[in-house]
Amino acid sequence: MTTSRREFLKIAGASALTLITFPVFPVGAKENVRIPGQDFTSAKPLTARRWAMAIDTSKCSKDCTDCIVACHAIHNVPDFGNPKDEVKWIWQEPFAAVFPDNQHAYSGQAIQKMRLPVLCNHCANPSCVRVCPTQATFKRPDGIVMMDYHRCIGCRLCMAGCPYGARSMNFHDPRPFIAKINPDFPTRTKGVVEKCNFCQERLAKGLLPACVLACKEKALVFGDLEDPLSDIRSLLKERFNLRRKAHLGTRPQIYYIV
Amino acid sequence: MKQHKWRFILPGLVIFVVGVTFPLWYSAVNSTPVPVLSLDTPVINQLQNKECVEDKAFMSADHMKMLHAWRDEVVREGKREYTAKDGRKFEKSLTRTCLSCHSNKEQFCDRCHNYAGAKPTCYDCHIIPEEVKK
Amino acid sequence: MLEKALRGSRGYWTWIIFLLAVVLIGFSFYLRQLDDGLGITGMSRDVSWGLYIAQFTFLVGVAASAVMLIMPYYLHDYKAFGKITVLGEFLAVSAVIMCILFIFVDLGQPSRVMNVILYPSPGSILFWDMVVLSGYLLINIVTGWVILSCDQKEIPPPAWVKPLIYLSIPWAISIHTVTAFIYAGLPGRTFWLTAIMAPRFLASAFASGPALLILFCLIMKKCTGFDAGRSAIQTLARIAAYALAASIFFVMVELFTVFYSGIPEHEEPFRYLFAGLDGHNNLVVWMWASAALAAGALAALIYPRARQNEAILAVACVAVFISLWIEKGLGLVVTGFIPSPLVAVTEYFPTGPEIAITLGIWAGGLLILTMLYQIFLAVRLEKQGQ
Repeated sequence: MTTSRREFLKIAGASALTLITFPVFPVGAKENVRIPGQDFTSAKPLTARRWAMAIDTSKCSKDCTDCIVACHAIHNVPDFGNPKDEVKWIWQEPFAAVFPDNQHAYSGQAIQKMRLPVLCNHCANPSCVRVCPTQATFKRPDGIVMMDYHRCIGCRLCMAGCPYGARSMNFHDPRPFIAKINPDFPTRTKGVVEKCNFCQERLAKGLLPACVLACKEKALVFGDLEDPLSDIRSLLKERFNLRRKAHLGTRPQIYYIV
Repeated sequence: MKQHKWRFILPGLVIFVVGVTFPLWYSAVNSTPVPVLSLDTPVINQLQNKECVEDKAFMSADHMKMLHAWRDEVVREGKREYTAKDGRKFEKSLTRTCLSCHSNKEQFCDRCHNYAGAKPTCYDCHIIPEEVKK
Repeated sequence: MLEKALRGSRGYWTWIIFLLAVVLIGFSFYLRQLDDGLGITGMSRDVSWGLYIAQFTFLVGVAASAVMLIMPYYLHDYKAFGKITVLGEFLAVSAVIMCILFIFVDLGQPSRVMNVILYPSPGSILFWDMVVLSGYLLINIVTGWVILSCDQKEIPPPAWVKPLIYLSIPWAISIHTVTAFIYAGLPGRTFWLTAIMAPRFLASAFASGPALLILFCLIMKKCTGFDAGRSAIQTLARIAAYALAASIFFVMVELFTVFYSGIPEHEEPFRYLFAGLDGHNNLVVWMWASAALAAGALAALIYPRARQNEAILAVACVAVFISLWIEKGLGLVVTGFIPSPLVAVTEYFPTGPEIAITLGIWAGGLLILTMLYQIFLAVRLEKQGQ
């Protein structure tokens, strides 16, 4: 179909509308006379060659859970109410658990009491992707490590393969355990593994990740590592930062500024 | 000896043939009426040109294939826009595109799925907007 | 030949019905698991594999051990095993079937299992495990069955079986090596991240499998009048002894590297196993029992006078089997997850339904094995009677 014909139909449709339907429909109903989803023009999606996140730990307060709450509400993360079946995409851990190699008895109170957000590291060399027997988890060209929940068989090899404990299994049907379902995002089904998706569904609509926007302190900086002018690049250049278990060669893409 | 063998083989064969053809004669005897699918939803009623994403024949025969293709393209390739045969463009979304018009899932989707004995697992995860509102 | 499995003594049928009952109980619990999800097991976010995958790992070893009969007979012309190679192949068949079932019940979405074939992923070791396990199953069904039916007809086996049997030798090594690679290639799991994993797996397999075969031979001798022959059983016992010694040696080697290097990430899982970690010591008693049983069994198997006494031999074989089952079917998988990537120690307790499903699969495997052995016995005893 050529564009000219589409244009013509549009114009014809619009003029027909003004002539025929205007008296019948209340004002403002014109927009309804189209199939929903038609002429879908998404806001300009946010794209990158290599998405990454920097976490400014000095701005991250121990008692604040804004990023966690926002993420889990938007993504319909269930709350099974027990640690055994727990599903989490982003959560807090003490410094000693996040950086066991960088912890010793003489570090200051600030470090010892610090609690850091942890999430999927969207590794550049992800071991979960390597071990998955169905390519249900895969790495996108922009670096996001994605789950295809349609394809996951629930073998949990990725959970064994992830050195960060970033993955959760749906040990039960999650639907009844979601306090308030967000209709804009699917839930999961029982028996599949899930994790943070760097808000790929929001990036497609031109929105920053939910956790980044939820953080009042602006402690989470999200951006394109391959863009030398990005905020995250200048931040990583200026401030000393750590990555979790970088020695394992997974090339994690969450940078903790300490 | 031969006779003796057939005494076992024949009943076995009969049971096998009856078992295998069971669906055929069962549906011949108990013919369920073809379901009437309702298009009576607020959004469809307001449509001038009551045409789905593709034409009706294609949709009723192949909507599942199209949805599978949508699913893989959106999740795995990040391609979210569908261009129909006549050039119209749609968002590839079960919840936001399909179910916005067909908001009467029970009278539309379920009626035919029940009739055909199809048990799509889509709704295990994908949300029916009407249900969330309840 | 299949009909021979339908003829048996009262004892045979009682045993079959008992196994069927256990299978049915397991199956009814599996239906519950299908409905509720894997949440009815003791597996958790931290310890995401448990009894099922551990049984799978252990049984891959039992399946691979058939090669300990095939290799001496076909490569070294060790005649004493001629009578019983089929027993090894049938044991492999039932063990591989159990392996596949254990993987299957462990899946969160079993209805999607074909995705492994629909979207083949050569980068995934699990994909290769599926390939080698199904191949091994096929090879052993075919070779075992063809050889037995040729025996029955008193004709030599067809020429094409020989290459298949030779193929089964490296194939047996491959199934356990690939299974070890599932574990040994994961960057964050220091307990498994060791090159000795595959050799350790093979050594323990070649001890536990022959021990099991000896037990089966002794049972058959007692209950059915089929005698595998003293030299066959004694040779199997020697194989088990060497393999057990190698297995213990490999564990020691691992322990040296772990504790002498003193790297905490490598030490912690072993501390958990043998001493407990942060007050968690679920497996400590089991592991010391395993170590004691292994040491005792090794002494009995090495000392010729003890080994030659069939009562002592039987006890030693039971000890080998239990010891290695604890090591592989209990300790190996769970400890890989302890401590967790976020240095938490989460204990794992299998639940009732999980144990019932596990027993159901074991019973199913034993059922298949019993029927295959019944066929084998019918053919062999028929010929003895002639």
